[in-house]
Amino acid sequence: MNQLLLDLSAVLLLALGLRGLAKLRTARMANGLAALAIGLAVVGLLVSQGLAGWPWMLGGLAVGGGIGVVLALRVPMTAMPETVALFNGCGGMASLLVALGAVGLPGPMGLLATVSVLASVLVGSITFSGSLVAMAKLQEWLDTPAWTQRQARHAVNITLALACLACCVVVVQGQPWGLAPLTVLALLLGIGLTLPIGGADMPVVISLLNSYSGVAAAAAGFVVGSALLIVAGAMVGAAGLILTQVMCTAMNRSLTSVLFGGALGASAGAGSGEKKEAESYGRITSCSAEECAMALEQAERVVFVPGYGLAVAQAQHSLRELARLLEGHGVEVSYAIHPVAGRMPGHMNVLLAEADVPYDQLVEMDVINPEFPRTDVVIVLGANDVVNPQAKNDPSSPLFGMPVLEVDQARSVYVVKRGLGAGYAGIKNGLFELPQTAMVFGDAKAVLNGLITELRGLGVGKKALAAV
Amino acid sequence: MSDFSLNEALWVLLLGSLLGFELIGKVPPTLHTPLMSGANAISGITLLAALALIGQAPSPPLQALGAVALGFALFNVIGGFLVTDRMLAMFRRRGGAA
Repeated sequence: MNQLLLDLSAVLLLALGLRGLAKLRTARMANGLAALAIGLAVVGLLVSQGLAGWPWMLGGLAVGGGIGVVLALRVPMTAMPETVALFNGCGGMASLLVALGAVGLPGPMGLLATVSVLASVLVGSITFSGSLVAMAKLQEWLDTPAWTQRQARHAVNITLALACLACCVVVVQGQPWGLAPLTVLALLLGIGLTLPIGGADMPVVISLLNSYSGVAAAAAGFVVGSALLIVAGAMVGAAGLILTQVMCTAMNRSLTSVLFGGALGASAGAGSGEKKEAESYGRITSCSAEECAMALEQAERVVFVPGYGLAVAQAQHSLRELARLLEGHGVEVSYAIHPVAGRMPGHMNVLLAEADVPYDQLVEMDVINPEFPRTDVVIVLGANDVVNPQAKNDPSSPLFGMPVLEVDQARSVYVVKRGLGAGYAGIKNGLFELPQTAMVFGDAKAVLNGLITELRGLGVGKKALAAV
Repeated sequence: MSDFSLNEALWVLLLGSLLGFELIGKVPPTLHTPLMSGANAISGITLLAALALIGQAPSPPLQALGAVALGFALFNVIGGFLVTDRMLAMFRRRGGAA
């Protein structure tokens, strides 16, 4: 009875938690509620089954929980997407191991238990290997190999899937050894499904794999006969699916084209020739930090467009300092946030919040786009594909149709960039060739600090002090 | 292994899924990353299955397997909630000011 009450409250808290996480005001508390719910569920389980095997439980807690705490507190905010992928993969691994272990328990296994074990092994394996591939891609440890862009990959994946099915049939017919090849094949299938997907689409993949790990947990619930686990797994599975859909909409991609369409920008074929083409630009104007500072000093309205490059250069704090300097000079400053700026929707908001940028200065795409025509200076910092005007006016561009920040409408645009390499999606950017665009080559942090020095040289900081 | 039937389990599965679909409607883009991270932490609830395995396992090798599964699941749960909290803490400060 006690366990039932605890379980019911856990489900209630989990539902409230998931709901609250979708709202800004309640999100942090909701996260706490969800954590509390899991705690209650653990207590409930231990109350009913007792503490048999407690040294093993403590061991798992010390090692897994310990590493989790250290990683969670140490990992930089820039690496958040790959961290979520890693956590997610480990959740899948846990479901896989539990299912394999359940086979060894005494007593006969009914059809229900067998099918649940198979589902758990299959989904758990795909979640594990798929998440690790996603993590490696986001960390840029792993490229998208050219062979994965050929149509043949579908044949490979279909063969793997059929082989998995065959193993399942073998196991259902009372041959548990089929689980070993099933695990290996499902792990390979997870790799085969994730490897062809381009880095820019990884957030969607992680979100989908997150949904899978919910399904894996629900399957594990069937295996051990826990209603709580089934509810919670199903809830996360469904919620993850919705979130995946929301993200796809934000990126103007359909789920099927993300999953089966291959990498963005690689569709043209020849992988190696393409990078060269992307780097061949026509008329490019480049300028120094000094010229850029002079434009800023005379501007009335400045918009910064931060991208992942800014975060990698750890330049958020320099950006904030520059913005303060300009604000003191009477310049209206805002930040244009593309829904997929950074490596994951909402990632850039997290990164700028870390640098103490006031929340109300972060303006979403739909709100800021009509403002660009009356903007004097736009500074693009380490963003590329999200400001590419070809997404609007070039139907042959792979980005065509993706909503972008219309910075080409502004009076002048300065693009701070290390060099003329293609963006994360590997596509040339027409913005760089426009007459109102000037490139400021260099590391984002160095350029920003240069701008601060130049502006102080122009007397900007002093005026501000005098005004105060 | 338990006294609960396929029928009941399927009802639970169906209702849980419907609940999940309903819980998340409109999400501001700002919260996509934290929400994904939080939902991911919840999916580590499979740790219950790992605990059950340890409790019911008749021999040390199976218990060890359960312990490894538990370690992976706890890594997911504890790390996931902490990292989500770290992200959301940054918004919190700003929310008060704005």
